[in-house]
Amino acid sequence: MKVGFYPGCSMKGGAREYQESVSALAKVFDIELVEIPDWNCCGATAAHNLNKELSLSLPARIMALAEREGISDIVVPCAACYNRLSIVKHELEADKSLSTRVASIIDLKYEGTTQILNIIQFIDKYITDRLEEKVVKPFDYKAACYYGCLLVRPHSILKFDRVEDPQSMDVLVKKAGGDAIDWAYKTECCGAGMSVSRTDTVARLSGNIMKDAVDRAAEVVVVACPMCHSNLDMRRPEINKFLNEKIDIPILYISQVLGLAVGLDAKTLGLNRHMTEVNLPVKPVREIPVAKEPKKVVNTQKLEA
Amino acid sequence: MSRIGVFVCHCGENISATVNCEKVAKITGELKGVEFSTDYKYMCSDPGQTLLKEAIKEHKLDGVVVAACSPRMHEPTFRKACAEAGLNPFLCEMSNIREHCSWVHPKDDLTTEKAQDLVRVMVEKVKKNKALNSIKVPVTKTALVIGGGIAGIQAALDIANCGHKVIMVEKQPSIGGHMSQLSETFPTLDCSQCILTPRMVEVAQHPNITLHTYSEVEVVDGFIGNFKVKIRKKSKSLDEHLCTGCGLCTTKCPQKKIPNEFERGLGFRPAIYVPFPQAVPNKPVIDRENCTYYIKGKCKVCEIVCPTKAIRFDQEDEIVEVAVGAIVLATGFDVLQPDFFPEYGYGKYKDVIDGLQFERLASASGPTQGQIRRPSDGKEPKKIVFVACAGSRDPAKGIEYCSKICCMYTAKHAMLYKHKVHDGTPYVFYMDIRAGGKMYEEFVRRTIVEDGTHYVRGRVSTIYEKNGKLIVRGADTLMGGIPIEIEADMVVLATAGVANKGAEELAQTVHVSYDSYKFFAEAHPKLKPVETNTAGIFLAGACQAPKDIPESVAAASGAAVKVAALFSNDELTRDPLVALVNRQPAPVFSTCVGCFLCQSVCPYQAIEREEIKNRNGEVIKTLARVNEGLCQGCGTCVALCRTKAIDIHGYSNQQVYTEIMALLND
Repeated sequence: MKVGFYPGCSMKGGAREYQESVSALAKVFDIELVEIPDWNCCGATAAHNLNKELSLSLPARIMALAEREGISDIVVPCAACYNRLSIVKHELEADKSLSTRVASIIDLKYEGTTQILNIIQFIDKYITDRLEEKVVKPFDYKAACYYGCLLVRPHSILKFDRVEDPQSMDVLVKKAGGDAIDWAYKTECCGAGMSVSRTDTVARLSGNIMKDAVDRAAEVVVVACPMCHSNLDMRRPEINKFLNEKIDIPILYISQVLGLAVGLDAKTLGLNRHMTEVNLPVKPVREIPVAKEPKKVVNTQKLEA
Repeated sequence: MSRIGVFVCHCGENISATVNCEKVAKITGELKGVEFSTDYKYMCSDPGQTLLKEAIKEHKLDGVVVAACSPRMHEPTFRKACAEAGLNPFLCEMSNIREHCSWVHPKDDLTTEKAQDLVRVMVEKVKKNKALNSIKVPVTKTALVIGGGIAGIQAALDIANCGHKVIMVEKQPSIGGHMSQLSETFPTLDCSQCILTPRMVEVAQHPNITLHTYSEVEVVDGFIGNFKVKIRKKSKSLDEHLCTGCGLCTTKCPQKKIPNEFERGLGFRPAIYVPFPQAVPNKPVIDRENCTYYIKGKCKVCEIVCPTKAIRFDQEDEIVEVAVGAIVLATGFDVLQPDFFPEYGYGKYKDVIDGLQFERLASASGPTQGQIRRPSDGKEPKKIVFVACAGSRDPAKGIEYCSKICCMYTAKHAMLYKHKVHDGTPYVFYMDIRAGGKMYEEFVRRTIVEDGTHYVRGRVSTIYEKNGKLIVRGADTLMGGIPIEIEADMVVLATAGVANKGAEELAQTVHVSYDSYKFFAEAHPKLKPVETNTAGIFLAGACQAPKDIPESVAAASGAAVKVAALFSNDELTRDPLVALVNRQPAPVFSTCVGCFLCQSVCPYQAIEREEIKNRNGEVIKTLARVNEGLCQGCGTCVALCRTKAIDIHGYSNQQVYTEIMALLND
């Protein structure tokens, strides 16, 4: 199986472990990730604040290059890149003249035939069916799944998961043997690009997120976005200073969680690259749970028949 | 040779300002077959009509063309005038030279010419018109009321009190509907049950009303005045004549933990149950899905304890066929399902409840005997948040309309809460307060000013649980949109009112139209609010759109008057402009070949099968036949008929072709 891969800037820099873990996980499931040749920046937050055509052209070029290579699915692990690519695809689909204009700017044929998949959609399409049979080391931890803002919004365009209380990552964590806890900050803002300019704001926003996760006894926070990761992980000293306590639970990518569950080692998954040390408590080996029929719950809220 | 009269109206200056009416009358007066022509300032006025009548008599006219406004406006006026002068009214046609000509064109010779063309076309048509007689249909003077909530009850009582028979069908084991679940009603705070139950009893005891509870309408055939309805009476597993309603079975039933629908899941009921103490009829039914006997094959405790031996485990559903002349739909509404609000935790947190659940908590007959206790631990909530517009007016949630009743009941809830928990603090998050209605705004003011409810203008973004408290996060838009968080003990969501779950299927069964939200559609939003597009079927209450009690009752009485007016005639008269399948001498019988394409496209189910038999009683041909009572004259069948066997009275193929040819042959 061949799937297109768009790394974006972060996979090559601050989030190398994200790419390492996605690649390693894909390998376990015999999926070949093909990096789009000559890819460029997606434009991220800067382009669409400055120049509309630039913000459309950058992602369009990436997709056009993928089309040229005959790639039908592109996995975009970074939530911001995923968001930009999806929105541009949507806008060009809705406006054919704009699509023609953009094609002339990038000087490439653009059809809009490629599917843009975020990391969870990629896993659901290619891995989830075979995931449970491959789990050898259940990820037996209380995990707070943090989705952030860009993965599920705007719902009208992305049409992915429930926008206010997403569940897709929780389901994956449960399939990996984990306990996805119910918590309140799943989609709250982490501070995002304010990381450098307003570190105090990031410390406050990310601090609230971490505080709620820890209050609810989470042992790990699971993310699917390099920006969220860097704020929750790299800004931990500032967060701890803001909260005036010492929070030391690690932040893992969903690909790392699944990688651990299917038996990949910490180094392959790049766990050593995190700022906050990944020091998950060793738990007694558990029997791999056999999938049981879900317990029938009587819905007490049922309306009159 | 025809003797047609042409009457050109000036309509004050509406027509004469751009059309030379004298010229139109003069030119068209010279057409072949036109005996008389004239123009007049107001044809519809009394002198105008007299002019028409006199001319018919004096010139022995056998056809009339009135060139004036739209036939939608005055066709009945002029046809009536013709009839009074002894001319068959269907030999009178209108030529619309106002909307189709003078209003849309400038003053010009071409405008006058167009008016002449329009009149000429109609003159040619009238030459082909045939004298038609109105169709008479008998009326069955019994009404069917579907739904036994307050709207259905009101409609049934009003019709029955006019002296007509009523059959009421209710899906639940008891009538009463949502109103029986309410605690107190705005804006007067009178107890809902106290004003409702006398009406329920009246329905049960009324000599003109037959009540079928635990029943559903399965099939509706026929047409206005002559509907045939099949009602499925679901088995109650009980002989109702023997049952005295002592209630012993309900106390002895070992199956006690079934969520009580009437209490909206806040309490439990046994498998054999009466929905609530004041139920009408006050006799139990067995819920077969949860009854131990039907699940495991043994138990029968109710049968053993029943003093009158009324339990019937082998009782089957019964199909009752009734003939009715009119139908009132009063099937009510529902509230939104919990999975709509993942961000509000409805269905996830026990202390996030909906408005109807709060009604049960506040009701003296409810699970807490009217004390406000939160469902999770039974403690009295000291801080409570009401969220208005939970789902309503929210395009993202797919409901763009205002549910109308929530502003008022939320104000009532806050007031009731304050009356019961004096040291409690109620908050209301709202978008706007819509309190249009008699004494409504004053009621909301009382909630705010006298009872000290904190009204916060803003929406709630999320609700989550932390340390046993519900954290309600929202914005106060009157304070510049500052984010606020309230640590509440309980949250009440004013969930949107939506159409009943089975509304779409029922609409299709009964053949009425419905809107995109599955609410039943009225014939005209302003002037025909209780009629549907199907003659003889009327609407009452919240099955049409969210309505409060006074509005539902008013609509029900309106529908009842429509039914009574219908029943005031022994026969119904309707226009004979219906389709007709031609008939010819044997052995052809008709050019109809019996393909029944017409049947598949007829929107009114008006096409029937007619079998032609020989003397031995053998079927030799099957033909289509139009039921004149059902046919609305839309002409879809005519367009589809492959052998041109169907035609429409008043708009025959020949007439339409004549009109076209008249234009082309100019």
